[in-house]
Amino acid sequence: MTGRPRRVVVTSPRTAAARRPRHPLTREIDEQTELGEVYMRSLIRTQFRLALFVCTVLACVVGGLPLLFLLVPDLRDARLLGVPLPWLVLAGLIYPAFVAGAWFYVRQAERNERDFADLVERR
Amino acid sequence: MSGIVAIVASMLAAVLIGAFGLRMSRTTSDFYVASRTVSPLWNASAIGGEYLSAASFLGVAGLILTYGADMLWLPVGWTGGYLVLLVLVSAPLRRSGAYTLPDFAEARLESMAVRRTSSVLVVLIGWLYLMPQFQSAGLVFRTVTGAPPWAGSLLVAVVVAANVLSGGMRSITFVQAFQYWLKLTALAVPLVFMLIVWWSDGPRTLPPGDPWALPLHGREHPVYETYSLILATFLGTMGLPHVLVRFYTNPDGRTARRTTLVVLSLLGAFYLMPAVYGFLGRVYGLPATDTVVIALPGRLVGGAVGDLLTALVTAGAFAAFLSTSSGLTVSVAGVIAQDLLGGGVRSFRIATVLATLVPLALAGAARSLPVATVVGLAFAVAASSFCPLLVLGIWWRRLTTTGAICGLLVGGGLACAAVLATIVGGPRTGWPEALLAEPAAWTVPVSFTVMVVVSLVTPGRVPRGVARTMVRLHTPDTLNVDRGDWRPRFM
Repeated sequence: MTGRPRRVVVTSPRTAAARRPRHPLTREIDEQTELGEVYMRSLIRTQFRLALFVCTVLACVVGGLPLLFLLVPDLRDARLLGVPLPWLVLAGLIYPAFVAGAWFYVRQAERNERDFADLVERR
Repeated sequence: MSGIVAIVASMLAAVLIGAFGLRMSRTTSDFYVASRTVSPLWNASAIGGEYLSAASFLGVAGLILTYGADMLWLPVGWTGGYLVLLVLVSAPLRRSGAYTLPDFAEARLESMAVRRTSSVLVVLIGWLYLMPQFQSAGLVFRTVTGAPPWAGSLLVAVVVAANVLSGGMRSITFVQAFQYWLKLTALAVPLVFMLIVWWSDGPRTLPPGDPWALPLHGREHPVYETYSLILATFLGTMGLPHVLVRFYTNPDGRTARRTTLVVLSLLGAFYLMPAVYGFLGRVYGLPATDTVVIALPGRLVGGAVGDLLTALVTAGAFAAFLSTSSGLTVSVAGVIAQDLLGGGVRSFRIATVLATLVPLALAGAARSLPVATVVGLAFAVAASSFCPLLVLGIWWRRLTTTGAICGLLVGGGLACAAVLATIVGGPRTGWPEALLAEPAAWTVPVSFTVMVVVSLVTPGRVPRGVARTMVRLHTPDTLNVDRGDWRPRFM
């Protein structure tokens, strides 16, 4: 009677287990797994928050100026160094402010993307 | 006389630089997008050169002189629009691989119906933008030579068509970059001379309390009109067909952002000047028209130097007509060729002729409005159609094809109707005039609302590949991920 088959010990050299796939997270994104989607959503949310922040500041400045002139009529005729305040702001100072805002955004957006790339490639 | 020489020189320069580029553009893809080998500073100069139209070069100073401080918002919005574009649109748009707005619509929403709707709107916005360029070309030509207005319009239209037909985009990129620096010089040098004269006249200033210098003054509903203007200009920039094309010539999303940053600086530098022209026009009592920029140097400086300076601003003005018209013609012709005529270099050529003929005819027929006003209307149409499409398309996964079409039709349709009523019917008085002449404050919210609400009601029409498209739009350029296989159709 041969009975039950003999139990054998199955072993394996652990070489394959030690080798990890090179870019597991990009594969999660490619195959649109739940994990990949979570990472994508977090990237988009981070970038959108940054965009929304810049837009909100912009809207406050740009939308606030006419309101300020409407509510405080004295400001319309105020002068700084002989130049009417509305002209000083709208025909001068606002342009460097735009460039500064853009510079800030580009720096932050590139940092967000670098962080995401590091996260995905270096797990 | 020197004015005519300046016009001829400006046109000749444009044609020669265009012909130089011709040798490098051979294949269809070259013809369209310069093979994407344009460096960031060239590209930013080209965007600036293309963007600064007759409205910026002549119209802004004219409107500031006419209406005063409220019109300072116009150049502010035309610059700030690039900040909004940078923040919400630039990198994802470049990564989408779209070459035109209809391309983007097709790539994102996977629908030919949305694509066709966008095509029609691109052509309408392009024609609306081209018409005042041709009109003011006629106006300046008449001021300089005494010829009838149609002659100047025709001249510019012919040079633009010839240039686009012979060179395509590659040559246009060179021409445009050159045009920015020409326009900057042409406003800056006369300004330096005029400021010296103004200073030595024991600087004339405005009488204190002059209402012209005060904001919220001069029109019937200044608060509404100011806010509507702000909305149209800040949100309309991203929806202009000739602006978008330029972004395709950046190698990737990251450079697209950096190019936009340079564009903002270049535009900011340029727009410091029209306000000073308006101010000088006011203190020296010049008549309030679009040609104040041309008239000022002769009036203040006078003599041979004054003639030379007048020649310089005239050359700059023609550079403005040529550059913007060329860029718009390329974009409008591209869309007509691809979506209406079936593609190929041959249909691009037919489309080019169509793209210039129609606005030329309109320029002759339409009521003559200040150039910056009509361009402002084009911004309003763009802000109430393509701005919601781009912003929602890039950031909101639940946008559906039905929602996009309804938003484009309702928002774009309402804005177009208001524009038509203003150009054909006006001028009116009271609220109807304000609401129709500055429609953005109500058409933009309507358009966004329609797009969002209809999308929420039709959840079944979310494009199937939206997840892949989002990967394509938002992942950094360096990552090796599957971005889908959509490509714009280069005929």
